[in-house]
This record gives sequence, C-alpha cells and structure tokens, in this order.
Amino acid sequence: MPVMSYIQAVTQALHEEMERDEKVFVLGEDVGKRGGVFRATDGLYDKFGEARVIDTPLAESAIAGVGIGAAMYGMRPVAEMQFADFIMPAVNQIISEAAKTRYRSNNDWNVPMTIRAPYGGGVHGALYHSQSVEAVFANQPGLKIVMPSTPYDVKGLLKAAIRDDDPVLFFEHKRAYRLIKGEVPEDDYTLPIGKADVKREGSDITVITYGLCVHFALQAAEKLAEEGIDAHILDLRTVYPLDQEAIIEAAKKTGKVLLITEDNKEGSIIGEVSAIVSENCLFDLDAPVKRLAGPDVPSMPYSPPMEKYFMMNPDKVEKAMRDLAEF
Amino acid sequence: MTENRHQKLGLSDEEVLDMYRTMLLARRIDERMWLLNRSGKIPFVISCQGQEAAQVGASYALDREQDYVAPYYRDMGVVLSFGMTAKDLMLSGFAKAEDPNSGGRQMPGHFGQKSNRIITGSSPVTTQVPHAVGFALAAKMEKKNFVSLVTLGEGSSNQGDFHEGLNFAGVHKLPVIVMVENNKYAISVPLEKQLACEKVSDRAVGYGMPGYTVDGNDPLAVYEAVKGAADRARSGEGPTLIETVSYRLTPHSSDDDDRTYREREEVEEAKKKDALVTFKAYLQEVGVLTEEKDKELEEEMKSLINEATDYAEEAPYAEAESALKYVYAEDE
Repeated sequence: MPVMSYIQAVTQALHEEMERDEKVFVLGEDVGKRGGVFRATDGLYDKFGEARVIDTPLAESAIAGVGIGAAMYGMRPVAEMQFADFIMPAVNQIISEAAKTRYRSNNDWNVPMTIRAPYGGGVHGALYHSQSVEAVFANQPGLKIVMPSTPYDVKGLLKAAIRDDDPVLFFEHKRAYRLIKGEVPEDDYTLPIGKADVKREGSDITVITYGLCVHFALQAAEKLAEEGIDAHILDLRTVYPLDQEAIIEAAKKTGKVLLITEDNKEGSIIGEVSAIVSENCLFDLDAPVKRLAGPDVPSMPYSPPMEKYFMMNPDKVEKAMRDLAEF
Repeated sequence: MTENRHQKLGLSDEEVLDMYRTMLLARRIDERMWLLNRSGKIPFVISCQGQEAAQVGASYALDREQDYVAPYYRDMGVVLSFGMTAKDLMLSGFAKAEDPNSGGRQMPGHFGQKSNRIITGSSPVTTQVPHAVGFALAAKMEKKNFVSLVTLGEGSSNQGDFHEGLNFAGVHKLPVIVMVENNKYAISVPLEKQLACEKVSDRAVGYGMPGYTVDGNDPLAVYEAVKGAADRARSGEGPTLIETVSYRLTPHSSDDDDRTYREREEVEEAKKKDALVTFKAYLQEVGVLTEEKDKELEEEMKSLINEATDYAEEAPYAEAESALKYVYAEDE
C-alpha cells in the first residue's frame, strides 16, 4: 500500500472525486494556477481546467454563498477557505444558509457542499493562522464537521464529505499536512461520517481526542506502555454531530477519561464530550473526567515561547495521561 | 391618444392583461393577509404593496419554464408569476403543513419552491445574492441556457454579500440579473441615510456590469430592462444590475408603525403613482381592459382568495414532533 502525507491524501481524494463525478468542482482563493497556498489542489487546474478549479475573488462569503447556490442547483462544490481563521466572513452563509436550507424548506432544497479549511497551530502562524474554529459551528444542527487525523481517514472521509447530501465542514490540521504520513489504499473507498474510530486498544485509561492530538496521544501511549499504563484512544473523526455510542463505550471501557483538544478549553468540543460521559457513565467512572486543552486566551501568539506554551504537544499529553492513570 | 407601448415590446394584449391580473392578485392577497393579521388569525405579514409592478414586470421578462429566481421577502408578485398559488401563500400565512415554502416552518414571505425554481430564502438580508450567482455559475458550467434573477431592497445593497456576489458575477461574466427594488425605506431609515451615491445602479460600474434605474411603478419599463438583461445573460455577456424605483405603501411589516417616521402626506402622494392605478388606466386607455372586465377580475380574485383563505384556515398543522425532521437527509 502506498505511503503518503496527509496533504497528498487530500489532493488524491479531490482528484478522484473530480474524475468520478463531473458535478464536483473546486473553488477558493489561489486554488487554481497556484494549486493552493498549501498545495492541496496541486495539479487539479492542469488536469481539469479553470472552469472546474476556480480561482475566486478574495471574498470568503462569496466563496461559501456562491458554492451554496451551485450546490442547491445540484453541483458538488468543494470550497476552500485558505485558513480556518478566515472563515469568519462566511459564517452567516454557513450558519444561516447552508445549515438551515434543508430544514427551512421542509426537505425541498439541500446543500451538498464541502468546505475545506486548514486549522491548527504549531506553524508560527500567530493569532490568525493557528486557530481551531470548530466550536463556532458545533451547535449548528444541519452542519457536519469532520476533522481527520490520518492520511487514510483524510481520503475516505473527504470522499464521503463530497458525496454527502448535506453541508460538511472539513477541517485539516495544517501541521499534519506534511508531518503525518501513512498508508493509503489506491482504490476508491469512503469512511462513514459521524463514526469515531478506536486508534489504540487499551484497558487503563481512555483518551478521546481528534486531529493532530490523536498522534500526540498515540506517541504518549507508547511511552506509557513501557511503564505499564495501557491507554485506549478514541479518535472522534467527526466532531459534530458526535458519535455518542462510541464515546460512551470508550469511557466505560476504562472508567478513566481524558479529553484533549488544541482549542481553547471553555466551550470547546470536549466540553460536550464530557457532558455525554457524565450523563451516561456515572457509575462506570473511577475518576473525574479530565480535560486537557489550550488556555482561554483569544489565540496562539507569534513569539516561539508563547506559541509553545499554548500549543498542545506529546509531553503535555503524556503528563496528563500519567496523572489520570495514577488517580 | 395613449400610445400602445406593450405591442412595441412584443407583448400581446393577453399577456399584459395577465400581468395586470397577477399584480392585482398579489395586492389583494396582501390586503387579505393584513385583515387576517389584524383580526388575530395570522401572526405576521410583510407586504409587497407598491412593488407588484416591478416584480411582475421582471418575472414576465424571464423564461418562467426554466429560469431561477431568488426572491426576497416582499416578492409575492415574483412567486405568483413563477407558479405559486393564492392557496400556497395562504397556507404559508397560516403556517400549515401543506405550505410548499416551508411546511409552516418559516414566517410568511420566506419563499421557496423547487418545482417552480423559486430558491429558498432566509431572514438575514442579501444572503440570496451569492446563491443566485451560484445558480448562474452552474448554468455556465453545465452549459444550460437559464438565467437567475435575484431581488433585494435598496437597504440590502449595503451588505457585504451584495458586493461580494456582484463582483463574483462580474469577474466570471455569469448569467444573473440583480434587481434592487428601491422602495425608499429600509424599515424606518430613508434612502439618503442608506446610500451616499445618487442611485443604487451607480454601483454597477464597480462590478464591470451595466446598471439601469427604471420606474418601478411601470411594469412595462421593468419588463423592457429585465428582458434586455436576460438577453445579454443568455448570450454570454454577463450580469446586469437593475434598480426599480417605487414606494413602500405599507409599514415595513405588521409589527411596524410607519407613522413614527414618515408623514401621511408622503404616503398619500405615493399612492397616486401606485401601479395598480396607473397600469390599470393605461390598459383601459389602450382598450385592453374595460370596467366590466376589471369588475370580473376583482370578483375572480375575491372568490379565489376566499377559497384559499378558507382552505388554509381549515388545513392541519404539521405534527409537533415533525419539528425534528429534515435536519439532515433522511431515508424515506
């Protein structure tokens, strides 16, 4: 099986979907000739032409809104927001329009659109090129939010997002783009949106997380295994709506739950995961549910020491896992 | 003698009479809704009164078998022209299950009906502009011959989505017609506090498209402008911005009191230019409409609307628990 990087899996999924279905097209800033500022759409312009790989004016609300219109007609737009931080001008289109179209029209209209955006820190991107924005959208029924951790998941979930009949926000960790490599089948496959995935079986503590933090947890788990601590790791993959069944099962498995996000702590995805665990697993818990997250400051600063202080890393994760195991 | 203007535009007597009939139907439904609201039967009304000529004139200039419209909340004249019925609108007014716009989920005036190519709308204004541009983009990509028409108020032309949508359409030369129904007020705020330029259509130059301002009380002038824009769009020449100038004859909505911000004399003055009066006079002068025919039309409207009202009032609401349906695609 070929090994490829996280971002190569993005490109391959887009390429295959555009080849499979003529209704699929890409739009965004610099996605055409340049192939994207991260090169996620590299080669698509040459292969499919400017009509299907559209360099849009620099205007995010139009990228989302024009995509919504085309999707309502029956196209399958894949819009790129250059950075998740710059999705904010499009929030009205995403929340007031895309999320509510099916519901408000009583199932008459729908928006089969995917919006991709690189998120996350650790790349010296400072306040406005580092944010995790998923919590902004994670109480908006009608939307789905996918945040894959591995190249295999990227390909299968991005293809599923493009084929989905409802709007999907697909957040890609920008530090994972070239850092994370993995085996990706050459054949056509999809993975189910809305399903979490056990990335490591274990019996002592349960870690529930998503995105790049999955890798930090896996690394920490290998170290802790040498100390005799056996960690169970659940990758949420879809952070909205959450896979409640998988969360409950994973929490009950060990009775000690650590939730991790790179986002600010208060109001984040893991707060909702914690609520699910406390509503359903009280008598199975052997320790309070623990949350490990970024500090509640607006965003990640530029200066390296401050960035490092904010950013999640394997050491922070390892410590939190050990503390919980020893509770 | 009054000049016959509609023949010059290629419109038959039957066609202009049908336009008048649709304008009249919109007005009479709207008036009935106010009565129903004031008698406590429906919670909310938002009016088309004063804008029917622009709405119907524009719609009849399109191909109503294949073009798409993204109307805003006052566009009863547009949706009636595109195939929605008095019964449909009353079902929406009463928020009943059979309402084709939303099954009673949305307030009246939030139109949408896929079978008639009426694109679903929301309450935040101007979001429909990029949507119509997206439909036009699809037309271009799929090499289809349809155009999209999007309408909005002049206040909405200040929103970012107006700028972003028109710019996108201009850059990509898309077959979309943007029609601003300038009724002089954004709720209580008058035109001069909304725009620093003289006309909304002045803005077109910034998007590389032609901009026209026409008399919104004259359905034939609007028809001509939109027809020209649709021809341009279909021949690949791109988008057009059209401003129709008329006046909002009612308060903003049933929850507004316009006496707090405008003089009665101003409203009375505007009523003299009301298209329901002036277009009727035109049709009479050119011999298309007689007093007798007009009476017949009024009778027809009355019984149509009575029937629609009774039907909608009697019709069932959707099941309360159906509020849980259609968040995402469901297996039927």
